[in-house]
Amino acid sequence: MRVHVWILLVAAVVAAALVGIGGGPVALSLGEVWGALLGEGDPTHVAIVHGLRLPRVVLGLVVGAGLAASGTALQATLRNPLAEPYLLGVSGGAAAGAVLALTLGLVGPALVPLAAFAGATAAVVVVLLVARAVSGHADPRVLLMAGVVVGAFCTAAIMVALATASENQVRTALWWMMGSLGDAQWASLRWIALYVSAGLILLATWARDVDVLALGEEAAASLGLEVERVTRRVYLAASLLAAATVAGAGLIGFVGLIVPAIARALGASNTRQTLIAAALAGGALVVVADLAARTVMRPAELPLGAVTALIGVPFFLWRLRSLR
Amino acid sequence: MIRFEDVVVRYRGAAEPAVQGVSLAALAGRVTAVVGPNGSGKSTLVRALLGRLPLASGRLLLEGVPIGGLDRRAIARRVAVVTQREEPVFPLAVREYIGLGRHPHGGPFAVRDDADRAAIARAVALADVGAFLDRTTDALSGGEWQRVRIGRALAQGGAALVLDEPTTFLDIAHEMALFELLDALAREGQAVLLVSHQLNLVARFADHIVLLHRGRVAAAGSPAEVMRGDVLERVYEWPLVVSRDPAVGAPVLVPLRGRGTR
Repeated sequence: MRVHVWILLVAAVVAAALVGIGGGPVALSLGEVWGALLGEGDPTHVAIVHGLRLPRVVLGLVVGAGLAASGTALQATLRNPLAEPYLLGVSGGAAAGAVLALTLGLVGPALVPLAAFAGATAAVVVVLLVARAVSGHADPRVLLMAGVVVGAFCTAAIMVALATASENQVRTALWWMMGSLGDAQWASLRWIALYVSAGLILLATWARDVDVLALGEEAAASLGLEVERVTRRVYLAASLLAAATVAGAGLIGFVGLIVPAIARALGASNTRQTLIAAALAGGALVVVADLAARTVMRPAELPLGAVTALIGVPFFLWRLRSLR
Repeated sequence: MIRFEDVVVRYRGAAEPAVQGVSLAALAGRVTAVVGPNGSGKSTLVRALLGRLPLASGRLLLEGVPIGGLDRRAIARRVAVVTQREEPVFPLAVREYIGLGRHPHGGPFAVRDDADRAAIARAVALADVGAFLDRTTDALSGGEWQRVRIGRALAQGGAALVLDEPTTFLDIAHEMALFELLDALAREGQAVLLVSHQLNLVARFADHIVLLHRGRVAAAGSPAEVMRGDVLERVYEWPLVVSRDPAVGAPVLVPLRGRGTR
């Protein structure tokens, strides 16, 4: 990838962050945003920026980076441009965990994200176990199919749980499943950021192995790769990375699917470049999508997952044309 | 260098083993060719060598050491393999793809050293792919892609080179160039193990031929010993004659028209 594309990408992240902090019911100019960030100027602005907008934007950057990096690693590892964490059971498991917690009445602010994370992790482990039981190893095709089936099972479980839930619980559950950065708080954000950074570093470390894996099982084996072990390890790390984002912001679709394609379209060729470029672009995309969700139909806030899908579907259709 | 001893390989759920007690050796300084009809077990041997298929019985040795006990990276530093098929899902720059041949030599963040650069430069020259280093792998013709894959295997280095049907998609000139290259590599001391359907070229270039038939060795030896009309006719189940090419002096196989129209 060319140097000027990297510079543009970093500039896009900074611009998205500044616009994300400035935009909203109380619109702030660039100068006001800058002043408030430094703790100067109108105390109301400082309070809005530090207490509400900044954590929200940082959560958006972290969640977008995590989802995009997860999708990048999964697409290369499973040799499928349609692979993404949500297709592989993460979203189903997370939603099932969250809905279960809600319908059981465990609605503490920290409990739903934890239940979502636990559900996603459980689904990921089940997918791996199913793949191993069926094919004897982590076969990419079997992993994909196991992910789809586990996701379908989770959806069925959610529908059963919602059928017996109260109206209020159904509403909360639906809102959570549509994704939102509205619950951003520094306390939980710290953990999610730490977790996502660790996941990104791991995936970047394994990026060369993923390059080799993407050539196919036999070619990878000829280059000395332990194919099953690397597949399992990358799948697990990428899925748990996505699970952490789900705990922070609910379900935000299409980011894991389209942002890796954007990174490749920008000229990223190997996995490490694609990972970093996708992490930057994913963060910027989620922050901008969140700004749109907050402002387009003010005072109503649109579900973030719907906005990313509205942006993602046309882009995806456009990309389909270039697939042979 | 590479030695198969009484190797039996069975695919999951298959009634008969695909390879039923094959013994052969790919020695240093020699081009060893494995030939045989479709489904005779040639590629199965390559897959077993790559560790993708377990041995039901027998032994597979690399320099006398059972391959199962060796680290795959250590194997990859000594044996480069061009598999029958390979298609990257996401296109890579050819330069980058050939660089992946150095993967077994470096860690996750390894920077290319002089040895890497020298190996890559030599591979690019030998495989004749210098003209499309800046193209991506999806912008190559079938033959160019084949040569790029051979380039990657050459960049990998090592004392043994295994190729499964490497001349697929190659034109006559590049096919001949590849056989000459394999011959030259063997003269330099490499062990070359070649799976091929090009019986006539194999007869001209190989030092040792192993003819497989239904998972067993039907004949093995020098080209003159294996390229016999009666043996080949039985194995391939097709009428053919073997003569001696007056121009090059090697045995030449000529398949005849089908049984009905002979």
